[in-house]
Formats: sequence, structure tokens, C-alpha cells
Amino acid sequence: MVDAVASWGRRNVWTLGLVGLLVVFLALTKMIQPNYGAPGIQGLAISILPIAFAAVAQAIVVISGGIDLSVGSMMALASVTSAVLMKDQGDAFGVAVVVGVLLLGLTAGAINGGLIVATKVPDIVVTLAMSFVWAGTALLILNTPGGGAAPWLMAVISGPLGNPWLPKALIVLAVIVAVVWLPLRRSTLGLTLYAVGSSPLAAFRSGVAVGPTKIIAYALTGFFSALGGLALTASGGVGAPVPGSYTLQSVAAIVLGGVSLAGGRGGVLGPIIAVIVLALVRTDLTFLGVDPNLSTAIQGAILIGVVMFGSLVAMRKVRA
Amino acid sequence: MHVIDGASDLLLNATDVAKHYGAVIALRSASLAVRPGEVHALMGANGAGKSTLVKILTGGVRPDGGTILVRGKPFAAHSPAEARRGGIVSVYQEPALIPDLDIRSNLRLTQSPVEATRHWLAELGLPDLDLTDLIRDLPLASLRIIDLARALAIEPDVLMLDEITAALPANLTEHVLEVIGRQKGTDRSVIFISHRLIEIAAVCDRATVLREGRTVGVVDVTAGSENRIVALMLGDMVRDLPARVADAATSSGRPADAVPRISARNLSFGTKLADVSFDLYPGEVLGVVALEGQGQDELFDIASGSERPGGGELLVDGAAVSFRHPADAIRAGLVYVPADRAEALLMQRSVRENIALPFTTRFGAWGPIDVRGERRKVDKAIETLQIDTRAAAEVRRLSGGNQQKVTIARWVAGGVRTMLCFDPTRGIDIGTKQQIYQLLRDLAAAGAAVLLYTSELKEIQLACDRAIVIFGGRIVAEIDVADADEATLLRAAYDLRPEELMPEEVASAAVESAAVESAEPGMVGPA
Amino acid sequence: MTESVGTVRLTGGWRTIIRDQPIIPLVVLLVALVAVLELAKPGIVNGNWVATTMRAAIPLAILAACQTLAMLTGGIDLSVGAVASMAAFLMATQATGQGPLVAIAIALVAAAVAGLVNGIAIGVFKVHPLIMTLGMSLVVLGLMSVYQLLMVQSGTLIPDAIQWLGSGISFGFVPNSLVVFVPIAILIVVGLRRSGYGRLLFAVGDNPVASRLAGARVWQVLVALYVMSAILAAIAGILIAGLNNSATVSLVEQSVLPSVAAAVIGGTSIMGGRGGYSGTIVGALILTVLTTLLTVLEMPEAVRQVLFGAIIVLVAAAYTRVTGEA
Repeated sequence: MVDAVASWGRRNVWTLGLVGLLVVFLALTKMIQPNYGAPGIQGLAISILPIAFAAVAQAIVVISGGIDLSVGSMMALASVTSAVLMKDQGDAFGVAVVVGVLLLGLTAGAINGGLIVATKVPDIVVTLAMSFVWAGTALLILNTPGGGAAPWLMAVISGPLGNPWLPKALIVLAVIVAVVWLPLRRSTLGLTLYAVGSSPLAAFRSGVAVGPTKIIAYALTGFFSALGGLALTASGGVGAPVPGSYTLQSVAAIVLGGVSLAGGRGGVLGPIIAVIVLALVRTDLTFLGVDPNLSTAIQGAILIGVVMFGSLVAMRKVRA
Repeated sequence: MHVIDGASDLLLNATDVAKHYGAVIALRSASLAVRPGEVHALMGANGAGKSTLVKILTGGVRPDGGTILVRGKPFAAHSPAEARRGGIVSVYQEPALIPDLDIRSNLRLTQSPVEATRHWLAELGLPDLDLTDLIRDLPLASLRIIDLARALAIEPDVLMLDEITAALPANLTEHVLEVIGRQKGTDRSVIFISHRLIEIAAVCDRATVLREGRTVGVVDVTAGSENRIVALMLGDMVRDLPARVADAATSSGRPADAVPRISARNLSFGTKLADVSFDLYPGEVLGVVALEGQGQDELFDIASGSERPGGGELLVDGAAVSFRHPADAIRAGLVYVPADRAEALLMQRSVRENIALPFTTRFGAWGPIDVRGERRKVDKAIETLQIDTRAAAEVRRLSGGNQQKVTIARWVAGGVRTMLCFDPTRGIDIGTKQQIYQLLRDLAAAGAAVLLYTSELKEIQLACDRAIVIFGGRIVAEIDVADADEATLLRAAYDLRPEELMPEEVASAAVESAAVESAEPGMVGPA
Repeated sequence: MTESVGTVRLTGGWRTIIRDQPIIPLVVLLVALVAVLELAKPGIVNGNWVATTMRAAIPLAILAACQTLAMLTGGIDLSVGAVASMAAFLMATQATGQGPLVAIAIALVAAAVAGLVNGIAIGVFKVHPLIMTLGMSLVVLGLMSVYQLLMVQSGTLIPDAIQWLGSGISFGFVPNSLVVFVPIAILIVVGLRRSGYGRLLFAVGDNPVASRLAGARVWQVLVALYVMSAILAAIAGILIAGLNNSATVSLVEQSVLPSVAAAVIGGTSIMGGRGGYSGTIVGALILTVLTTLLTVLEMPEAVRQVLFGAIIVLVAAAYTRVTGEA
């Protein structure tokens, strides 16, 4: 029994470290700002929801051995589509819109994946190009922030559920990830995602259909990007056509979250925790009166520092 | 071993299989007929089309002609998954296991039944394997066994094994050969690809020989059939590469106070090298003999500057050296020709750029290139090695033999003092092999020192003056060329005392006794 | 195991042309675009247009040089936008107090430092270039914003010389920035073909293991690369400041992805080991003419973006088909 726990611990060192960091920063935040309470947590939760979905989206595709630089653009596309369609419509229609937008995300992702598999052009180039296409499409639908969000959608993520310390946004995040990702991860499909990311050749020889698996991975990324876009609409009340820095932030989050850019390793929990930790760092710096721009610089430095640290550790292991 | 052939239905019947890549004809007309319950060897020199036929049967490549029937049904696979549905499962030289997953997950991936796999793992000599171990944490030999066990657990009609015993220690080799031998008598078959005649003789019933893209013969494997098989493989080119016995005078002709070009003193490295000491003199070719993974890789890595030794020291021309980077070794005159051409060549670049690579690697050489001088040196190297430059624009498009010549030409162009060659003739056709060995001898005659590791034991006598044998990270024997025939070398490589049996002999005996037990009355037993 | 029994003969025809001389179809594409432009708005193609197009394309081409060099080694430099903005801003703010020459020197040195950090992280610590240059861009942007607050008093000044270089046109059809660009372009094109370092860029991108075994110290090649890339980005930033007669902290952000696009269209493979700068230059011109064409056709920005993306995919796919590899 102890062995099993120890071995699980060894395999999930990175995530455990992140949880530790989370606890440390929560404590730090409380120390810096003793008034930081339930409302603070609420605000934090809503602000991180879009980027958390983006991080999950990026994690899935990177685990399967790819990368998607169009996550931010797909979020923008989902955001404006939902805002334009939902404006001034009834609740039932709103639900249909949400479903439709999720399907849109799946499709956009599948197109990304399909192009990569069919043309054999590297994923960086294809998704870079498609980031223009999706961003342009978003602009065509709505060229300035506008549209509206269904009230129920906004209500679903704002405020606490029961206990004032439990933000609905986090619960929504947890539920969706649990319902969609966890069963997937345990299924054969999940296994093939990791297999293809770890060694496409070995996976091919083991009988895995590598092409379709990749397309599914990108489709899932599109799905979670669409969720991120919906979260943007829900939290802001309007659709936002500009991709902003969500793509970059999603890549930073997964790297900090312990997902290997080489594929085959990591999960979605790490990136989500990384997103929360980064948000806490931003919050703490704000409380300390640090200029928000310096805070950007610090985040960049953290990213570089963490990755270098991880690299050093990996290099040490090879030596031994 | 004789078996009355009752079954006229063939399990696998491939006829007239053809495949070409543009102007290159890989297979002209290959046939392979495998009976049920048979262990069938597929043999051929490198470049004969063996690997192409294997790729077709495993779904990696589509044939351009011919028919393939498995149990009478047409077989056309475009992927290993389809090949498996068609009845053929292959165990590749590189285990098809996912590094970041554990064994159990890998079994799920191929839908191999866990209990059956465990059973086979035990039969193959690894009963205590923990299925939650990650693949990347396991040694290559274990991975080979797992891959094999996984395939056996699926119980395919045809099991294709590609050099399965390479990289296996003696005890596992025994088990593997035994298990393969026991497949006879079932209604399934094994295609056994190997170049070790001794193993083929131990377990196979028949052998199909390919040469130049064609099936040139199907031989019943009996005692004494080895020569026939080799003759078929080599065809008209059975010019025996001249043995080197005449030049054995070199070592006795060396002056007593000659300074070795390289001296290794008690080199050690991790768990792979324990204590290696030897001398390499200018003007000689010193062969290194070892089974896979005995420490020879690490020895060459240290000598070429890729790795630093854990202990011991290296001397060049009598002075101690400490290499931190291959550039240091190159500056000391030690140049390295790796086995894996993918490690040595810039595949997308031209032949000339590949040959000229060492000219610009020094920091001082980052500036403008002396175009004319470079062209002269490169031309000379191409001429010396007789490189076919018709496809010169991208080294990727050259044949394996020409590619290997480019990796050697790169050093010849700048003049060779000491050359470290790691399995330079792996996967090369016979004609090119000859050229390369001749070149090594010429280099030695001109005063260079050559350290040569080859996995083809027959060829030690062709190029070397003497040979050292490494086993378990130590040198266990030093053999003069006159005594360095394949059998002696192989025994030494397994580090066997004279009375011990070779693993092939053990397996052969086990297979035969099993056959006797299952023999029906009236059948002819082993002669 | 080898499988060939014969040797390879090259297939002829247009595929070979695209594979071995990719610049020819690119020039054809460029000419076609210019023709379409002339059709859409007759009379637009004149000397002045040539000058303004080149003037706009030059900074992009310089940024694309950074990407070309980085992509040859299998890397990428996403920090060029931030570094370019930083250089422009540093120059502009320092020019008021220190004079133009010192200001430019400060900008270039600061850029070189950023490039050095990039290079060491990527070459020595083996951080993935995408991540490192991304992180660097965040750091630089952040630091610049803070610096901006500190320098609010001194204001910015774009020296006359820089304005002349960045936005001036001589003889009616020659942009002055050619004075800076031509030597850079020649240096890069010739350097890639005829210098040891150029060969090493290709070697390291094609096969870092083989390069090391042949004696190359890969980390040195990479450090030099990213320092050069940063300095080039600084030059581009300064030219852009001269062009727009202003320098802000996020002046150049929009040009990062187009710089990658220009290199991809120009035939440089992101996987490393293949490509060149002459194609990139034509790629930058193509993108600039395309932008003009879409503006003339009064297409919204959105359409430009979609077309941009579609063209990159199409061109990259064509290259992959023809070369048989990415």
C-alpha cells in the first residue's frame, strides 16, 4: 500500500509541487491582504475561468504530441458567435446556442487537425495560419465587442454555490472537466492520445490509427477553446473578437503545469492549478502595489525560470 | 528433423511480390510460402529486399504487384492494425512499446490478454516483471521480450520476428529460441528473420532466401545446409573476401618501443564499462568483438569525446587526455564513424556539404569558406571512396552503402590519424562492405590507427590484425587474426568456457527433445 | 536495413523546380499579385508605389530574417516584436538626452543582452525556443512598460536621421531604408551560403547530434544566432519608429506572426535544415502587396486575416508535397 502511494507520488511530483505552491500563495495572499475573503476568491475564479479552459484545451493537444496556436482565436470565435446569437433571445434558445457553439468549437478544432494530418505541414505552422483564419472569422461576425449573453449563462458562473467560499465558476470548471476529461482519460481513446504523443511510430505499430486520433485531439482542443470563449461571454456579458494573449497564456500554463511539450506526459490538473497560482501571483503583486506591467515581466521571468529548472532536472537525470 | 508433410494448404502464400520506389526496384519477384506449424526463416543479404518484403507483410508499404494469401484469403494491409486483422503480427527490431506508459497500458493498446501475456513472459524467462513499470525505465532486452510475449498472447496466424535475438543475453536467447521452436505442431507459424545461421539451424524448418529482389531458393534446414544457404545469399559474388592471414606479420613487425596511438587504462563508465585497458598502435586495425550492449557503445563514446569516463584514463600518443566534447577528440586526431547513419549525416543537405562539415565546426572556421580548397578536398574524398553522386543534392536519397561512404569520406577528406568505426557495415550491401574494409586497410597501411567494432563476426578476419572481446564491460579475450574465426569469436563473446554450450545449442536440443515427445508413432524422429 | 538495389534518378519537371529553386514560383506569385493589383486599381503601380511598398516591406523582411535564421536551426524567435519595440523606445527616449548615436548604441546593446539570454537559455539549458522567446517577450514588454513610467518626463524624440532612413524616399522610387537593408540582405544571403557559420546553422537544424559528433559546439551556434536575431530585430524596430515617427512600447507586436509567415512562404522549413533568405524577402514582399491589394479592394481587416492564414497553409502544403517532407 505504501509502495503504491509512493509510486503515485513519484509520478505526480510536479502536480503535487504545484498544489504546494498554491497553498503557499493562498497563505501569502491572506498575509498581504487580511481582508482577502470570499469575494476575492469569487473574483479570482471568474477571471481565471476562460484561461483555465484554454489551458485544458492546450494540454490535451500537447499531450497528444501537437500544439495549437489558434486557441485564442477559437475562443474569440466562440465568444462572438455566442454573444451575437444569444442577444435578446430566450433562455431555451440560449441553451441551443451554447450547444451550437460547442459544436462549432469541435468543428474548428477538427479542421485544424484535419489540415495537419492531410497536408503533413508541421502543427506550429498550420495552427499559426489557422489562428489568422479563426480570428478573421470572429472579426467578420463582430468587429467590436458587442452582442449579449443570456442571463442564465452569466448566472451560472457568478457568485457562490451554497458556501460563500465555493465560487460557482470553479465548480463549473471542475464539473465539466470531470465529466468530459476524466472518463476520456481512462478510456482507450485517452490511452491512444497519450500513446500517439509519446511515440507515434510505436503507436502506429501497435495498431493505433494515428491520424484520426490526432484529429480527435484537436477537435477536443476546439471544444475546450469554445468553452473558454463561452466563459469570456458569460463573464464579460459581451462577445470579444480579439484573441488577446490567451494562446500564449495557455502555452505558459501547460508548461508550468508539468505537461511535456514533447507529448505523452502530463494531465489537465497541473495546468489548471498553474493558472490559479499565476493569478494569485498577479493578485499578490497588485496588493503589494507593484506596477501591473512589472507584474507581466515577472510572470515571463517565472515562466522562463520554471522551464529552465525543469530542463536542468531533466539533464541531471540523463547524466545519472 | 523430418515431418511428414500432410497439409497442402499454405498458411501464408506470397507470390511474385514486387515493389519499386521510382526508379529503384526493391523487389522484383519475391515469393514466400509458409506451411502451418512451421518455423520459416527469411534470409537475404542486406539490400536483397528482405526489409521491403517485411514492410509489405506488416502493412507499412503497399506492393506494386503479386498476390498474398493468408489461409487462402487475400491479404492487403495498409497499416499494422490491418495486417493484424489479416493474420500477421510482427515483432520489430525496435520494440513497438510506448515509452511513457506502463506495461499494462501497452497491453491494453494492442488488446493483448494480460494473463496470456504473463504466461508467455514467464516462458520467456521474465516471470517477475511488474506490469506497472514504465517502458522507458526498462532495459532493451526486457522490452524485446515484452513485445514478443504480447504478440504471442494474441495468437496470430503468422508471427513475424525481425532479428529477435539481437540485444539479448544468452539466457533469454535460449528461452526465446525454445519458445519459438515449440510453435511447431500448432497450426500457426513463425517467420524468423535473422542473419545468424546458427540460430536458424537450431529452430527453423525451412528457409527462403532472397537475393537482388527475388526469391532464389527455398531450403530445408538440415545439418550442413548452411553452406547452401550462404551460397544462395551471395550468388555469383562468392568471391571470398581475402583473408588477412598474410598480414599477421604486422604485430610481430612492430618495434618494441612503439608508442601506441591510443592507450586505454582501466576505463570505466557507470554500470556498462568496468575495467577496460588496451593499446591501439598506428598502422593496425584492432577489432572489437561483443554481443549487443556489453559496453562497446560506451567505450566508443568515451574515445570519441561524447562521454567522459567514470574512471580510468585515456592516452593519445602517450599523453593523457581529457575530452569534454567531440571537438576535443577530433583535435587530438580521433575521428568517429557511428553505426547509425541517421546520427552522422545531415539528411537534407548535399553530399558535398556533409563531407565538408568538419571543416567549419571550429569557432575559428565560422568565417568565409575557402571554396576552391574545399572543393578540391571534397572531390578527392569522393573519388577515394567511389561515392555515387548522381543523387548528390540530398544525402537522404542515397543508398545505405553510399551514405555510409559519405560518413567516412567526411574524415578522409581531412586526413585520418586515428579512426573509430562503430559497426560501419551494418545494413550495407556486400560490394560496399568490401570497399570499406579495403579502405580501412589502406588507411592503416598509410600509418593510421583504426579501432573497428563490427557485429558481423565473419568480417573480423577480413579487416583486422587482432581482436579484443568485451563481455560485461570487461575485456575477456585478445585474439590474433589467424584464430579469429566466427565460432571462436562467438564463444568468446558469450564468455563461455570451452565446455559450456552455446545458447543455440541448448535451444536446439530442447526443441528436438520436444519434437521427439510429440512425435506420433510411425513418424521419422530426429536423425 | 537497406532496401535499394539500384540508384535514384531525379524526377524532372515543375516539381524539381519548386524543390530546388523555390524562389521562381514565389516571384511568379508576386508578379501575379502585382498584376491583379494593377487590374483592381489601374495606375496604382508606379514609382512611388514601388517605393512605399518596399519601404513597408523592409522592416518586415528584417524581422523575417530573424525568423529565417532561427527556423533554420529548428527554432523560432517570438520575442522579435518585443525586442524591436524595446529598441525603438529606448532609442527614442535616450535620443533626447544623449543624442542619436549613443541612443542607437544603447538600443542595440540592450537588444543584444536580450538575445544573449535567449541564446543561453536555448543553447545551454535546452529550453524550447517557443517557450523561451515567448517568456522573453513578456519580460521585455513588462520591463519596457515600467521604464516608460520612469521616462515620462523626458518624452520621445525620433532623430531626423532615423526619420530619413525609415520613411524617406529618394529619386521617387527608392526608399532610404534600402541603405540599411541591402547590406543586411547581402550579408545574410551570402553568409548562409559561403560562411562556416551559415553551414553550421543548416547543420544544427538538420541534425544537432551529427553536428556535435563532427565537432560543432551547438550552444555557441545558438547563442550567436539569437544575439544576431535580437540585433536585427532592434534595427527593424528603429526603422519602424522612423517610418511612423513614433515609438511606443507595443509598436511592433503585430508583426511577429507575419514575420514567421514570410519565412514559411519563402520556403524555410520550421523543422530546420532547409531554406534561405532570398525566398523570405520575396515572401515579405508578397505579404505587403497582398495587404495593399486587400486595402484597395476595400476588404475589411477580417478578410485580410483569413486570406493570410489560408495562403500560409496552401503554400506550406505545396512545399510539403513537393519536398516530400516538411
